[in-house]
Amino acid sequence: MGVALALVIWLITLGTVILFVGRFWWFPEAISEHGPSIDRQFLLTLTIIGIAFVLAQTTLGIFIVRYRQRGEERASYWHDSPRLEALWTTVTAVVFLSLAVLGQRVWAKLHLNAPPPGALQVEITAQQFVWNIRYPGPDGKFGRTRTELINDVDNPVGLDFTDPAAQDDIVTVNQMAIPVNRDIHVILRSKDVIHSFWVPPLRIKQDAVPGLAINIHFKAVKTGQFEIACAELCGLTHHRMRGFLSVLSEPDFEAWLQQRASP
Amino acid sequence: MTQAVVTHEAPKSFLRRYIFSTDHKVIGLQYLFLAMVAVVVGIILSLYMRLRLAWPTEKWPLLSKLFPQAMAGGTISPEFYLSLVTMHGTIMVFFVLTTAPLGGFGNYFLPIQVGAHDMAFPVLNMLSFWVTLAGFVVLMAAFFVSGGAPISGWTAYAPLSAVGEIAGPGLGMGQNLWILSIALFCIASLLGALNFITTTLNLRTKGMAMTRLPLTVWAWFTTAVLALLAFPVLLAGGILLLLDRVAGTSFFVPEGLIVSDQILPHKGGSPLLWQHLFWFFGHPEVYIAILPGMGITSHVLSTFARKPIFGYRAMVAAIFAIGVLGFLVWGHHMFVSGMSPYSAIAFSLLTLSIGVPSAIKTFNWLATLYKARIRFTVPMLFALGFVSIFVSGGLSGIILGQTSLDIPMHDTYFVVAHFHLIMGVAAIFGIFAGTYYWFPKMFGRMMNEALGKLHFWLTFVGVYAIFIPMHMMGIAGHPRRYAETAGFDFLAPLQPIHVFITIAALITAGAQLLFFFNFFWSIWKGRRAEVNPWQATTLEWTVPSPPPHDNFGPQIPTVHHGPYEYSVPGAAEDYILQTAPPTPAKS
Repeated sequence: MGVALALVIWLITLGTVILFVGRFWWFPEAISEHGPSIDRQFLLTLTIIGIAFVLAQTTLGIFIVRYRQRGEERASYWHDSPRLEALWTTVTAVVFLSLAVLGQRVWAKLHLNAPPPGALQVEITAQQFVWNIRYPGPDGKFGRTRTELINDVDNPVGLDFTDPAAQDDIVTVNQMAIPVNRDIHVILRSKDVIHSFWVPPLRIKQDAVPGLAINIHFKAVKTGQFEIACAELCGLTHHRMRGFLSVLSEPDFEAWLQQRASP
Repeated sequence: MTQAVVTHEAPKSFLRRYIFSTDHKVIGLQYLFLAMVAVVVGIILSLYMRLRLAWPTEKWPLLSKLFPQAMAGGTISPEFYLSLVTMHGTIMVFFVLTTAPLGGFGNYFLPIQVGAHDMAFPVLNMLSFWVTLAGFVVLMAAFFVSGGAPISGWTAYAPLSAVGEIAGPGLGMGQNLWILSIALFCIASLLGALNFITTTLNLRTKGMAMTRLPLTVWAWFTTAVLALLAFPVLLAGGILLLLDRVAGTSFFVPEGLIVSDQILPHKGGSPLLWQHLFWFFGHPEVYIAILPGMGITSHVLSTFARKPIFGYRAMVAAIFAIGVLGFLVWGHHMFVSGMSPYSAIAFSLLTLSIGVPSAIKTFNWLATLYKARIRFTVPMLFALGFVSIFVSGGLSGIILGQTSLDIPMHDTYFVVAHFHLIMGVAAIFGIFAGTYYWFPKMFGRMMNEALGKLHFWLTFVGVYAIFIPMHMMGIAGHPRRYAETAGFDFLAPLQPIHVFITIAALITAGAQLLFFFNFFWSIWKGRRAEVNPWQATTLEWTVPSPPPHDNFGPQIPTVHHGPYEYSVPGAAEDYILQTAPPTPAKS
C-alpha cells in the first residue's frame, strides 16, 4: 500500500512538473513594456514553489515507503526539535517575504506612479456587455457628460454637446486602438455593475467600478490585434463581453482616429 | 473547577431523542447528514456546470427533468450556468465545508475529547442546527422562485447583487432568498461558535490542561473564534445589502447608475464597501473550512504513524498564527478592485506571511512521519492525501498573493484551481479522514476497508486530474465564471482541457458513490467496532462505541497524559491513553 501510494504521489508530481515545464498552454506573448517583468517574476516564483513542491511531495513519498509498519518494531519517540523548527521557519519566512517584496516592483511602477505626462488619454466606460471607448479628440480634453443624456443608440456615454470640449470627442463601441510605444493613460468607469478590463497580452487587468474613475497606465511595445475580455462577473452574457484592441503604429493610429472623428 | 456529577437519562420520546435533541452527538450527526445532503446537491450542480463547459450546446433531456424550469429547452443556458456557479459555491462553502467539519465533527467530538458530558449550552446547540437547516431550505427555495437562483456568484458583488431583477435573471427573489439564507447561517454559526469556545474553556475535565488538548480541539476552538468574529460582519453586510434591495437605501450603490436603460435613484453608496465587508468575513471563512481539516489530519497522522505529533506547541502556535493573520489578508481578493495600491502592498506582505505557519504545519506533518511505523488504514490514506493536496494547493497562493502576479491571475481559472485544492479538496479530504476515523465511534461499526481504499485511490487521482490542468487555463488567461469559451479566440485552444476536466470530474464524482454506499451499508452491516479499534490515545476512545447519552456516565475521566503518546519506550503498549494511570514506565 505504501509503495503504491508513494508511486502515485511521485507520478502526479512528475505529471504536474511536465505540464508546467512543457508550457503546452501558457501566457500569450507579452506586448506591454511591463509585461516581461511580470513574466520574469512569475517564472522566478514558479521555480521556487516548484522546487518546494517537488521536495515536499518526494519526501512525503519517501517517508511513506521507508517508514511503513514492519513487524512489531516501534516508531521512534520524540516530540520536538526546536532548532530544526526555527531553521525551517526562518528559511520559509525569508523566502516568502523576499518574493513578496520582489513582487511589488512592477506593481509600484504601474500603480504608485502617476501616468507620465504626455500619455494618450483613453476613457473606457463599461456597461453590460459592452466596452465604450472615448478619446478626447484634437483639443486633448474630455467633454462634459451627463447621465440623463445617455442613450445606447447614438450617445452611449452621455456627451453634453453644449460643452465645446465634448464636440470633438470620439466615441467607439468595443473598438479600441492605441499607438505603439506611447504611454497610455486609461480612465476606467462603469455605468452599471462591476466589470474588469482584461487584455492578457498586455498583462493588464483592472476592475471598472461604478461611481469610481480608476486610472491606470501602460505602454504597448508591439503592434497587433488583441481581444479585451471582461474578468469580473457582470451578468448574463459576461462570457461574451468582448472588445478589440488594435495596437497601431503612430501614423496608422492617427488615421484610425481621423476616420472616426465626427465631420 | 467543580463539575456537578449528573447522570443524564436519554430522553425517551423519539422526537426529543433524535429530532429536537440537545445531545451534542445527535446534533453532530444531524449536521453531518445535512452536509451529506448538501454535498450531493453541490456535486450534482458542479457536474451540470462541467457538462455545460465541455459541451455548451448539447441538449440533456434527461438532466433537464431535475430543473424543468431552468432547463426548459433541454440545454444548460448561460443564465442557468451562472445560477449553478452561485449555488454550488454557496452550498459548498457554507453547508458543506463549514457544516461538516465544525458543526458535525466539532459537535460530536469536542465535548468528548475535552471530557465533558455535553456542550456548555445544549439548547443553543440544538437551535444552531435548526437555524442552519432553515438556512439550507431557504437557499434551495431560490431554485424554485420566479427568475430562479441568483447569478451573482457566491461573492454576490454589488451592484450586480443590489439592484434587482433589471441586472439579470435570478437577481430578484432568488437573490433575496440567498441573502436570507446566509443571514440565517451567520446567526446559527454564532450560536455554535459561542458554544465551542465556552465548552473548550470551561468544561475541560480534570487534568485536561490546554496543553493536553488534542490538536483537533485546538483547531475547532480557533475556528470557533474566527467564526465568532467573522460571521457578524457578513451578517451586517447581508442586512445592508437586503436594505439596498428592498428599502431603497444606498450602502453599496453609487449615484447615476444606468441598468437596462433605467437611471437608478440610489445615491452615495460604495461597491467596494461590500467587497471589504464580504472578504473581511470571506477570508477567515477559508480558514474556518480548512483548520478543522488540519486538526483532523494531525490527529489521524499521529495515530497511524504511531508517533507523537512533531512539534505540538509549534502546531498550536501555527493554528493561532493562521487565525490571527487570516483576519489581516482579506484585501488580497481586491488587488485589482480599485482599492488603494498602497494597501494592496500591505495586504500582499501579510498574505505571504501566512504561508509561514502553513509551511510549519507541513514540515511538522512530514517530521511526524519520519521514523514512524505507518499503518495504511483508510483514514490515514486520506490524511496523507490531505498533506499532499495541501502542499499543491497552498504553494500557488505564493503566486496569487503577489500584487503584480495577481494582475494576470486574478479571476482566472488559476484562482479556481488554487482555492478548490486548498479549501475545497483538502478540506474534503479532512472530512473523509474524519469520517473513516470516527465512524466506528459514531455508529459502533467499522466501514469497509477495501471499498474505502478504492474510494481513496479514485478520489486522490481524480481531484489532481481535475484541478492541476485548471492552472494552465488560468495562465493562458481564461476568466472564471464564463459559460463557454466560444466568445473569444484566445480561449478556443483551451476547450480540450475543459473536456478533459469534465470527464475527470464525472469519474471522480462517480467514485463518491462508493463512499455513500460504504457509509450507509456499514451503519447496518459493518463489522462491530471495539471501544478503541485504532489503538488511539484520546478520550473518545475510552467510551463505548457509540458513546452513551452522557458520554462518560457518572465517572468523569481524569487526564494524566498528553494527547499523542505513541510508542513511548518501555510502555506496555505502543500507545498510552490520556486517562492511563500517571506512572507508566518511563525508563
